[in-house]
Amino acid sequence: MNTPTQNFEQPTSFEFTPEVMDMAKAHIAKYPADRQASAVMPLLDLAQRQHDGWLPRAAMDYVADFLGMPRIEAYEVATFYTMYNLEPVGKHHVQVCTNLPCWLRGSDQIVEAAKRNLGVEMGETTDDGLFTLSSMECLGACVNAPMMQINDDYYEDLDETVTESILTELRHGQTPKTGSQIDRKSCEPIGGLTSLNSDAGGD
Amino acid sequence: MPKLTIDGVEVEVDAGLTVLQACEIAGREIPRFCYHERLSVAGNCRMCLVEMERAPKPIASCAMPVGDGMVITTDSETIRQARKGVMEFLLINHPLDCPICDQGGECDLQDQAMGYGYDRSRYAEEKRAVKDKNLGPLVSTVMTRCIHCTRCIRFATEIAGVPELGATGRGEHMEVGTYVEKTLSSELSGNIIDLCPVGALTSKPYSFNARPWELKKTESIDVMDALGANIRIDTRGAEVLRIVPRNNDDVNEEWISDKSRFACDGLRRQRLDQPFVRQDGKLQAVSWDEAFAAIAGKVKSTSGNKIAAIAGDQADCESMYALKKLMESLGSANMDCRQDGAAVGEGSRAGYLFNSTIAGIEDADAILIVGADPRLESPVLNARIRKRFLGGNVSIGVIGEETDLTYRYDYLGAGPDTLADVAAGSNSFAQVLKDASNPMIIVGSGVLTRADSAAVLGTARKLAEATGMIADGWNGFNVLHTAASRVGGLDLGFVPGEGGAGTNEILSGSMDVVYLLGADEIDMAALGGAFVVYQGHHGDAGAHRADVILPGAAYTEKNATYVNLEGRVQRTQLASFPVGEAKEDWAILRALSAELGQTLAFDSLAELRDRMTTATPSLGNIDDIAAAEWGGFGADGAMNNDAFASPIENFFMTDPISRASQTMAECTAARDNSTTARTGTHG
Ligand code: SF4
Ligand code: FES
Ligand code: FES
Repeated sequence: MNTPTQNFEQPTSFEFTPEVMDMAKAHIAKYPADRQASAVMPLLDLAQRQHDGWLPRAAMDYVADFLGMPRIEAYEVATFYTMYNLEPVGKHHVQVCTNLPCWLRGSDQIVEAAKRNLGVEMGETTDDGLFTLSSMECLGACVNAPMMQINDDYYEDLDETVTESILTELRHGQTPKTGSQIDRKSCEPIGGLTSLNSDAGGD
Repeated sequence: MPKLTIDGVEVEVDAGLTVLQACEIAGREIPRFCYHERLSVAGNCRMCLVEMERAPKPIASCAMPVGDGMVITTDSETIRQARKGVMEFLLINHPLDCPICDQGGECDLQDQAMGYGYDRSRYAEEKRAVKDKNLGPLVSTVMTRCIHCTRCIRFATEIAGVPELGATGRGEHMEVGTYVEKTLSSELSGNIIDLCPVGALTSKPYSFNARPWELKKTESIDVMDALGANIRIDTRGAEVLRIVPRNNDDVNEEWISDKSRFACDGLRRQRLDQPFVRQDGKLQAVSWDEAFAAIAGKVKSTSGNKIAAIAGDQADCESMYALKKLMESLGSANMDCRQDGAAVGEGSRAGYLFNSTIAGIEDADAILIVGADPRLESPVLNARIRKRFLGGNVSIGVIGEETDLTYRYDYLGAGPDTLADVAAGSNSFAQVLKDASNPMIIVGSGVLTRADSAAVLGTARKLAEATGMIADGWNGFNVLHTAASRVGGLDLGFVPGEGGAGTNEILSGSMDVVYLLGADEIDMAALGGAFVVYQGHHGDAGAHRADVILPGAAYTEKNATYVNLEGRVQRTQLASFPVGEAKEDWAILRALSAELGQTLAFDSLAELRDRMTTATPSLGNIDDIAAAEWGGFGADGAMNNDAFASPIENFFMTDPISRASQTMAECTAARDNSTTARTGTHG
């Protein structure tokens, strides 16, 4: 992950589209004039979104030059955070959490289900370019473990069947339900509140 | 000033110091990897842990500012345990390949592992391995050894001003490097070899050459530029294996340029190791006597005013003094130590010195650079300007070429018209200089070789006077020379005497005998039909033109005096003997003088120095600067409008030694490659 691999083409140039440029300027405006480098993270994210979900070197260079900061500093940021993809990813980036709480709640089975459904191993992309499968550390939704993130959406309280059906729906261009996949509202207890479920009483 | 108790001893130190520095003042040695006096504090290796009263756990002393009443313990069981713990973790991912590592014997990690390492490992899991990086022809990498102290990154970013190194990835996957493969674009890159506390960054040309304990270490002075950096020459037998910097806060701090450090392999190639005489158009090896006889035969039949001498850029004071005396005894006043024809040295001594001193750059609050590219002409001095720049509250203006000097500056213009504007006060930078309390001007040596140099110098002098650069206790007029011999030669008066010819005239083909003392950077064709004697150490341009070659000593092979650009007198020390039949330069001239029937009045180096310092007393004050009185120099007159240009085209090859160096040739090639466009499709 760390050094760029050679088995895919790096584009030679990158440039924000006018719409993205407006968004970039809005981010920069949040910081004092000589501190525009502070906007490096949102700008890298914008670049990644514009560029099919991955960040080529030309885009990192572009963002660094745009912000007037050394290119190496943009590389440092982009390689530090796993949310920046430095290699091409599929249209749906399936990121299964395998950190401790999710693992205790059965993330191994979720990983197996995903591998089975997609026919790829961890870190690989399907031949049709639709899916990339990755494992992630804690994504902060342990309360509804096990879970996975696909692009910007969380899918929680998974089991093997649900995982497979989510992936199948995506493959057919449908929009699966996000959030908890069982009878749970947000991150409340299953089946509804178990406390503070009535008024405080009194007047 | 805060008072601390360190291991029961009370010390009072300056506010703003760190606990680590206070411990050193108290005479306690604190182990460290990431901390370095000249770099920002990173606080990431945790080796410098000490105990602080009332702190729940050990603190990193390098990152903790001193406070009044602190009670510090540097040597307790807890601390030893803590440091052992840090060491154990550092060694988990360190390869322990000391037997095949060039750092062995001078490795901080090795040394400190002796103090804090366990004698066996508890770690049975996989070790990490990191791909080596290609940083170019100078720095060799074994990145698995890197302990992530980030010293190299901080050096490149802060001191060298080329933010190209970084730490990419994180956690176990963190790697130090450039990410996109490239040669470091700094003239100071070799210093990261010294800074790296382990064997991750080592010298490529020196790799697998020697162990430090096999080397003889000689303290000396560098002559690759006019800065006079303090160096240590490491030799084994007759061979100079490497050159490293010595600390001198007033001169080079602890940095040297890549040329100073790596050109030394040029000392092994193209050497003149015996006398030669040209016979039938071909140089034939001869004995010293035959060579002297050939010179005597020619000189005795030539009248003094047709004999001339030019001293090259690395000539030492002793040999220039001897040659000057010899020329005078032959009745010749035709001599010059400015082989580039620079018109500098007439008038006041202050007119050719870096008067503010190098350390004085740090006191300046406005700097005007005229016709100089300090980054190429003296990279270490440029680092001082950058240091000043990072300190803030300084305005820097440049007249001349607009290049990346590693700091921000106001670009004022390209040529003398801009200089005239500033001098006349019609350029806004004039006000900046006037408002500054310590304004300074740096005039490059490219200015001095122009046809109108006297007028430019005169304008610069007026500018200096008009903007308050010459004041009590401050002289901000600075000339940035590139030749190590220049100030010494001017101090000695190795310049045309009454009615004598200077370089330009000598190069007009009017002389019958020309004596070149290591002068190679002149137009040899312009010597016309003269009989040329070349005394020097390399088979370079001068030797190719010569009719007689007298093999001399390179700067590592003699005890000699050099005066740096600020007028500081320093001495080199013989680290290895001159090669073959070559001799120390003053001795050659002394022997030749006897053959010519003009025996010079000294028989030893000590006697020579006695006479030399009687003639020029400042040369006797070793390591000192004799400050110069302000006075007149330069001239009035018109300046032409050609843009200023730096005399250095290729930083890596400026003199016979660096031109003979394989390493410098590789650097030149690497530089040329990196300036051709990258394709961008590959890593
Ligand atoms: S390469 Fe050397 S100097 Fe650079 S971070 Fe690693 S250990 Fe430190
Ligand atoms: S462990 Fe999976 S979301 Fe926290
Ligand atoms: S020396 Fe203090 S943390 Fe490295």
